[in-house]
Amino acid sequence: MQLALFIIFGLLAVAGAINFLLQRHPINSALSLIVVMMSLAVLYWSLGAEFLAAAQVIVYSGAVMVLFVFVVMLLNAGEEERTHGSRAAYFAGIPGATAIFCLLSFVFLTNGKAFGSTDLINHLTHTTNNIAEISQVLFRDLLLPFEVTSVLILVAILGAVVLARKEQ
Amino acid sequence: MSPNVLALLPEIILTITGVLVMVAEPVLPAGQSRKPLGVLAILGTLAAGFASWYQLGFGTIHAYFNTIQVDSFSVFFHLLIAAIVLVTLLSSLDYFEGHASHAGEYFALTLFGATGMMLMTCSVELLMVFVGLEISSISTYILAGFRKGQASATESSIKYFLLGSFATAFFLYGIALAFGSTGSTRIDVISQNLASTATPTLALLSLALIIIGIGFKVSAAPFHVWTPDVYQGAPAPVVGLMSTAPKAAAFAVLLRILFSGFPSYEPRWASLIWIIAALSMTVGNLGALLQRDVKRMLAYSSIAHAGYLLVAYTAFPADGIASACFYTAAYAAMNVGAFTVITQIGGYRENVRTIEDYSGLALKRPVLAAVLGFFLLSLIGIPFTGGFFGKFYVFSAALHAGHVWLAVIGLLNSGIACFYYLRLLASLYSRRPAIEDNLFDGITVTLPAALALTITAAATLLLGIAPNQVLSLAQRSAAATAPGSANSTTNASR
Repeated sequence: MQLALFIIFGLLAVAGAINFLLQRHPINSALSLIVVMMSLAVLYWSLGAEFLAAAQVIVYSGAVMVLFVFVVMLLNAGEEERTHGSRAAYFAGIPGATAIFCLLSFVFLTNGKAFGSTDLINHLTHTTNNIAEISQVLFRDLLLPFEVTSVLILVAILGAVVLARKEQ
Repeated sequence: MSPNVLALLPEIILTITGVLVMVAEPVLPAGQSRKPLGVLAILGTLAAGFASWYQLGFGTIHAYFNTIQVDSFSVFFHLLIAAIVLVTLLSSLDYFEGHASHAGEYFALTLFGATGMMLMTCSVELLMVFVGLEISSISTYILAGFRKGQASATESSIKYFLLGSFATAFFLYGIALAFGSTGSTRIDVISQNLASTATPTLALLSLALIIIGIGFKVSAAPFHVWTPDVYQGAPAPVVGLMSTAPKAAAFAVLLRILFSGFPSYEPRWASLIWIIAALSMTVGNLGALLQRDVKRMLAYSSIAHAGYLLVAYTAFPADGIASACFYTAAYAAMNVGAFTVITQIGGYRENVRTIEDYSGLALKRPVLAAVLGFFLLSLIGIPFTGGFFGKFYVFSAALHAGHVWLAVIGLLNSGIACFYYLRLLASLYSRRPAIEDNLFDGITVTLPAALALTITAAATLLLGIAPNQVLSLAQRSAAATAPGSANSTTNASR
């Protein structure tokens, strides 16, 4: 059952990602991104991370996507024009991407049997409640990164103000 | 004071000052000078520097459930970053006068960026490193595009943003794989679990991805392509900042990850770093030979210097870390100094660009030309400058570890580098064609800028004639990062 779910939604996520790249209109790309996000949510859920699955749906498929669609609307972005790209993209980019894909697949396939043997130090075990476990990580072990992210967001807001304001 | 507050004292001071500057900015009436905010930012940076110095007396401080480790290593880089930011703020205090309405945000973003860089150097948790890296990167992306009138500035900002995000993705993927193979994102736990992991190939791959991500940030070849365009378009004081401070932080992170996180994989990553270092030195110096634009030339030179610095990573831990720390400091002093001079000469419009434009500077502004010449000599590595001892320690550490060929490549590259630095130096002292004689008329060196120049020149000179003080601090920081190996090797750098 889990394997079937994984195969179906894994393929769906990959198909959505490819469609995302191939679509010419930004709205179509944004919609195929929803497919990717929702399939990922199902994958999280099938791994036992219910909270993460719900957060994925609410944050990414909900909030972030609405933001994307708003940006597309505000920019009044139409169908994109295809330039033929730079030569560098064809001669270095595509072989490079293929090489990295092959390398990753090779490592994952050769190490496949040993996966799951790593002791994740009580993370992702089913002995404790899922949400209790996440809050343990978020508000204790990784409290500082969680808090400091506020500075990160502040910098991003400040930057948006600077870049958007007209020079007088 | 609780250890949590004590450990983050410099970062807290910087963040509070940044918020104060940000909040005060809109209150000031439009059109009024933003210099008071700059002065506030300078005071905050000074306070943060003193706070780091104060931390040194407490030994190693662990805080926030072992995400933060303050030791002499982090204090070394904290002081360095505070000094770089201080000089940058001093040199850009008058830079925006009458040109940009958002100088207040400039000071705030610089302070927040410094917070991110400091967090990178004192965290031993990769997720914390990542958040710090993002804070420092996003601030510098925006600072790069601050001269909004110029198309090259926008190009610079967008290029830096896109390629930087790409690099961050590599770094993050590396962290995820490290977690997958060792079960932790804490550097010390990773090194413990590495011995017993069932997936060593995955751990190796994660290390490679992390090196790629950091390689982008420090502009090491072959991840350097963004550097010349970004440095050309960004404002000169910002280039001085971003070619030194974020790089120092990234080098510190790489030192921590390699020497305390993955010490058991030393032979493998050392050969990878060997290749990157040799490539960076060669590509950087050969690229710099072809440039006419001074900022582009210094961009290629910074790629080459990243290469020299990476040579130190192939050495034995104690020598390697100490010489890398020293080189970072020496490079920061001379490079920020050079860009401070360029800021003063070019002004906000930056209409003095090519090597030819600089000809005859010595006749009009003898002191500025002499100072720039001094920094160029230090970048070459002439004795009695910080650059000389930096290179000396790095190459002798590499020789001590048996990397003769790498040291030979480095020395050959230093020879090539002489040519383009001396070309600019010769141009400074040559006679100018009489036609366009008014290029240097608008140069006014204000008091803060003069102070910035004095600090950098004095630092470069001191590192060149009395390097022992900084070197001993660097050796203490080496002992803090790679404790086991500190005594096992004799000191080749003396």
